[in-house]
Amino acid sequence: MNTIASLLIGEIGYVSEESLESIPLKLLEMGCLPGAEVELVQIAPLKDPLYICVNGSHLAIRKETAAMIQILKS
Amino acid sequence: MAKNDIKVALIGNPNTGKTSLFNQLTGLNQKVGNYPGVTVDKKEGVSKLSSTQNAIITDLPGTYSINPTSLDESIVLKTLLKKDIKESPDVILVVADVENLKRNLLLFSQIKDLEVPTVLAINMVDQMNRKGITIDLSLLKKELNTEVVLISARKNEGINEVKSAIIRCHVAAKASPLCGINHQIDPDYFDKLKEISPNYSLYELWLMVTQNNYPDTITKSEKEKLLAFKKDVSKLKKYQHKETIYRYQEINKILKKTYIVDKTKATDLRGKLDKIFTHKIFGYFFFVLLLFLIFQSVFDWATLPMDLIDNTFASLSNFARSNLDPGVLTDLLAEGIIPGIGGVIIFIPQIAILFLFIAILEETGYMSRVVFLMDKIMRRFGMNGKSVIPLISGTACAIPAIMATRTISSWKERLITILVTPFTTCSARLPVYAILISLIIPDTKILGFINLQGLVLLSLYALGFITAIIAAYILHKTLDIKTRSFFVVEMPNYKLPSFKNVFFEVVEKTKSFVLEAGKIILALSVVLWFLASNGPSSFDNVAQNIEKDPININLSTKELQQKIASVKLEKSYIGILGKTVEPVIKPLGYDWKIGIALITSLAAREVFVGTLATIYSVASDDENTATIKEKMQSEVNTVTGEKRFNFPVGMSLMIFYAFAMQCMATLAIVKRETKTWKWPLIQLFGMGLLAYVASFITYQILS
Repeated sequence: MNTIASLLIGEIGYVSEESLESIPLKLLEMGCLPGAEVELVQIAPLKDPLYICVNGSHLAIRKETAAMIQILKS
Repeated sequence: MAKNDIKVALIGNPNTGKTSLFNQLTGLNQKVGNYPGVTVDKKEGVSKLSSTQNAIITDLPGTYSINPTSLDESIVLKTLLKKDIKESPDVILVVADVENLKRNLLLFSQIKDLEVPTVLAINMVDQMNRKGITIDLSLLKKELNTEVVLISARKNEGINEVKSAIIRCHVAAKASPLCGINHQIDPDYFDKLKEISPNYSLYELWLMVTQNNYPDTITKSEKEKLLAFKKDVSKLKKYQHKETIYRYQEINKILKKTYIVDKTKATDLRGKLDKIFTHKIFGYFFFVLLLFLIFQSVFDWATLPMDLIDNTFASLSNFARSNLDPGVLTDLLAEGIIPGIGGVIIFIPQIAILFLFIAILEETGYMSRVVFLMDKIMRRFGMNGKSVIPLISGTACAIPAIMATRTISSWKERLITILVTPFTTCSARLPVYAILISLIIPDTKILGFINLQGLVLLSLYALGFITAIIAAYILHKTLDIKTRSFFVVEMPNYKLPSFKNVFFEVVEKTKSFVLEAGKIILALSVVLWFLASNGPSSFDNVAQNIEKDPININLSTKELQQKIASVKLEKSYIGILGKTVEPVIKPLGYDWKIGIALITSLAAREVFVGTLATIYSVASDDENTATIKEKMQSEVNTVTGEKRFNFPVGMSLMIFYAFAMQCMATLAIVKRETKTWKWPLIQLFGMGLLAYVASFITYQILS
């Protein structure tokens, strides 16, 4: 199962419809919606947090959160 | 505030230029409820909308949504849910960033559903060409059913249009929701909710249920009915998710018709800079280098103006004494009030420089990168990447720093950050360090360019940070608080800092610090002067006894005067107080005069220098009032005959000030933010004990 945490730097995925319930409301509000394109921009030096670009928003989220969000790879 | 002023709430996502717009609308005509004991909740300003109409603009904290996840954001919800005629806004002004319009419109759609007249200001439109963005403004107005204005707050473009839109919107005073949430999710459920009260919009009632936040105006039976909706928590959560998705669907529909981006025009400056600033080695290297440069310049740039201020006040005292009639009032002025004010003014250069750097770091967007770099490290110590901001701004003052922890959503991480922030070297410690360093550390350069005094100062800053980190680790392991930690930080675009924003920020913060700290310091120095110039009955006979004493027969008049003055100080109220604590502080290398300064600086650290200045000027009775530094330099340890402020004593004092919790204003703010006296008391005694033990060890090893 692919999640945002399993993306490589520069790789793009799409947030899967199934993960709706597991996306924290706050992230949803910031644009991390099912179907949205998500790119892993950068990983912090100590492997956590992750710097992603989703739906045009540039966000840093922790790995544990990223691992909850399922994606489909293109 | 006049009766017909329009009350405007300014709201928007972080990093949308909300502050710039606020500054453009209000100019320097703003005030912050701040320091000590008053909250920083509200920044208000008056804006002249037209020749006959003013508006009171309230700047609310930046937020991505009305649903709060931190204390900061809950202020927004509380303000907007108020139904009080005096306080609830007449018009809401939403600021959006043209580049992230989609996400910004989520907040707008929530606000619009409150059914309050709303103006949308789309900011940074000067960037549209460069980013390849086109907007169909008239269609957007129609689709959003609201006033929309394109502005560039930094370039002062579109501000007048915002003003007239506010007036139009206020006059029309009609407002309708943007998204009818009820029919898209569960019509029956939301119809029942709407029936509870006709006084609130459906969305307001829905917010009361989901956020458990009820305005005072709600009746008891209404509240009971609302509480019934809270029973099915999973349903609430599901519906909130559905609501957000539905809002985005509506926004996408509207933007598809009105907003076009030509992606080929986008440049990748952000990507290039991020590669450097978040690089695994260079990122940290740059951060440390930056801190080093900041502290070096604080010390270097501030020295000259500080010396100038010091000398000016010394000559002012001197002038007062030689030109006014001798008497109690002149003494009070020359020995109490003037040195007291001088002790406050002398802060301004250092504080202003520190606030300047912090404002620039925030403005450029670099601070978010620091949060990103530091989160994993800070988490090991029970904190959060966002804790870096309080820890850095704590170098200016712990009070705004502790308020800045409100953006941290986990209570445990926030509490730990609050508790350890006072360890960072605040600017109140700076004058204490500065004067002690200049007394005990030679002014030489290492390797030809590193200033040794600056290096010692930097080590003291490092000591503060390291202690904060260690204390955080201990608290992390011992505090048994279970909270869910959630972390999401936006990485904004890099921007050149706006001169106006930085300038206002520095002026505002420096002003409130000087005024508030100034009151305490000034009051204390007057009290101190009184206690030092008066005493119990034996005090009055000091001069007579000394003059009569045959031992003193060979002394010159000047020497006799000095002796009288110093014995007088010893017999005064303050002298008695100092003598009482002397046995306790003697093992740390301090005498009773330093003891007096320790007691007074329980209120605020910076009082230390002023206290010694007052004590020594009372004691010396010198006609040519010297600077504080000269007075301290000439002070002699009566037992050893050495200088009072020698290396071991100076070090021991600096260690004491590094650790001890000597700031009443900070204790008050911690009490308010944690809502109990438990935590400030733990800080007071814990840090005090640490300070005592550490200074004891320092002095005993060095002497």
